[in-house]
Amino acid sequence: MTKTPQALALTLYEKIWNAHVVEQRGDGTAIVFIDRHLVHEVTSPQAFEGLRLAGRKVRRPDLTLAVPDHNLPTTARRDAAGKRIPIADPESAAQLAALEANAPAFGIRYIDAADAMQGIVHVVGPEQGFSLPGTTIVCGDSHTACHGGLGALAFGIGTSEVEHVLASQTLQLKRSKSMEVRVEGEIGPGVTAKDIVLHITGMLGAAGGTGYVIEYTGSAIRALSVEGRLTVSNMAIEHGARAGLIAPDDVTFEYLKGRPMAPKDAAWDAAVAYWRTLATDTGAVYDKVVVIAAADIAPSVTWGTSPEDVLPITGCVPDPMSFTDPAKQVAAQKSLDYMGLHAGMRMVDVEVQNIFIGSCTNSRIEDLRAAAAVLKGRRKAANVKWAIVVPGSGLVKRQAEAEGLDKIFTEAGMEWREPGCSACLGMNPDKVPAGERCASTSNRNFVGRQGPGARTHLLSPAMAAAAAVMGRLADVREMTQ
Amino acid sequence: MKAVGQIAGKAIPFGRKNIDTDIIIPAKWLKTITRTGLGQGAFESLRGDADNLFDDPRYKGAPILIAGDNFGCGSSREHAAWALADLGIEAVIAPSYSDIFAGNAFKNGLLAVELPQEAIDRLMVVAAEASGDGAPISIDLESQSVTTIFQDRFHFEIDPFRKLCLLQGLDEIGLTLDSEAAIAAHEAKMEEEQPWLVPNLS
Repeated sequence: MTKTPQALALTLYEKIWNAHVVEQRGDGTAIVFIDRHLVHEVTSPQAFEGLRLAGRKVRRPDLTLAVPDHNLPTTARRDAAGKRIPIADPESAAQLAALEANAPAFGIRYIDAADAMQGIVHVVGPEQGFSLPGTTIVCGDSHTACHGGLGALAFGIGTSEVEHVLASQTLQLKRSKSMEVRVEGEIGPGVTAKDIVLHITGMLGAAGGTGYVIEYTGSAIRALSVEGRLTVSNMAIEHGARAGLIAPDDVTFEYLKGRPMAPKDAAWDAAVAYWRTLATDTGAVYDKVVVIAAADIAPSVTWGTSPEDVLPITGCVPDPMSFTDPAKQVAAQKSLDYMGLHAGMRMVDVEVQNIFIGSCTNSRIEDLRAAAAVLKGRRKAANVKWAIVVPGSGLVKRQAEAEGLDKIFTEAGMEWREPGCSACLGMNPDKVPAGERCASTSNRNFVGRQGPGARTHLLSPAMAAAAAVMGRLADVREMTQ
Repeated sequence: MKAVGQIAGKAIPFGRKNIDTDIIIPAKWLKTITRTGLGQGAFESLRGDADNLFDDPRYKGAPILIAGDNFGCGSSREHAAWALADLGIEAVIAPSYSDIFAGNAFKNGLLAVELPQEAIDRLMVVAAEASGDGAPISIDLESQSVTTIFQDRFHFEIDPFRKLCLLQGLDEIGLTLDSEAAIAAHEAKMEEEQPWLVPNLS
């Protein structure tokens, strides 16, 4: 086939993919080089054990970074005397101890739980400049898609793949299809990156992006800060895409410059020059294109047990029979039963007893500022029993404290915690009691995700703050006017 | 990895859509540092119901699970594949899978067979009606077919590389490491062209 000039126009995804193919096989499988590997305690013990059994080493410890996050309690890590407080749950303690032992045994840089650098892997990577544009980044966690906000091809892998990357610094992959999700125009007041990605998930459905790598484009995406871009890309997996991408630009470079693990001086200039070549070429073709008007996006919340169950806050709980797909009708009814909701209820009438502001989706400084802006001078409602704010890293925590945000939260009656995955998933002591609701800035509203029987409503940090004040789901636009 | 060729037996007519890996194995079970024993926690939230399919004596020992669209969505936890295997499941038949789950299943020799919804509907009926028979449903990887005792026959597609690995029980890491020269060449090229790619981890 003769290549026309147009055929040479490449997408961001194709450029990153091509730059990392080590060996292309006839059947379409390629060995792809991995530039960055983030390791946490939950999905790595069996991988290290596999290496030991096979007598293998870690090929590139210099491209690997280990940090504990999922199991860690978010209460104080040291006592008044500065001594480390032991983890009460013996299984969590064992899993954390395994990472603490495995990392040095295999020559991997380990960030300790009590280190100020510690945090959720997907907050730490960008914050340290470990995650860079144009790189391939993996982690045994599906929200690795997050780093795509910097223009990196980043995706979650299973434990066998963790072992594969540790041993070979590569993965065997097939190229995905490409999708462009273009969000054009300006977002309205009270609408944030979280609302954009919830809206996209509602439109595409939980499986809409399966088999695709999605590039988010358009003026509304370009206008986002890096924090906002990380939020959007973080939830690519919630509409089924293993990876999300946002082209790196001056906003990205400004964010990364001077970060501890990022290139310096002449190396920085060389890196930026390369990153500037990565944007999708004019005339490049995606396998699928979806266009969204930013003006159509409202502050959003979920009503069900799939992240696709999204509504504007002004909406009402849907009638399961209103769905055309019979399987979705059944699923929606099961969701309503689990959530304790009925068709026709207004979302703003749904009372919440718990508030969680945190997770790899929404625990960066900008998220905390947005929540604090709503909470300043206000208090949580009396019916809100438990409200926690969990910064994404020790450095986010310090920054927030320097800005006095912690005071705003505690004066509003909320708890200010140590960094970790916290109530995003039921692996540490932060859980939502069965039958109770949580307005949560996390990424999944699955059955039992925040604890057995817990009912999750996903929303933005500003909306979570509004819910805390009102004691029910609330439209943040009514509070900021 | 152990070789996989044929799987025949009863099938659990589950059929639900968008089954996430939190349903397959809740987070509290992820604290393990081994791959075994997770069958106990598999589908825990569903097994609270006395009449759930997973503890139904009619499907005891079933090696096949029939599910709906987007099976295994959500978390990347390979514990989902380990939990299914520990439950005795050797194959899942569904219209589609999340990408990560499909990869995890493959790496554990768990067949993730993709068939259109019409075939799923039929297999659900067969699984429920013929649960008294020894092996109502058979899967043959070599010929890429699913057959039933009622003479149904469905052809499925599978990636040729994955098929080969499954049939021969190949160790994927070993296969990749056979390409040592190519990996080393890539590393040398990157060191030359983008030396800044190595992070300052000190």
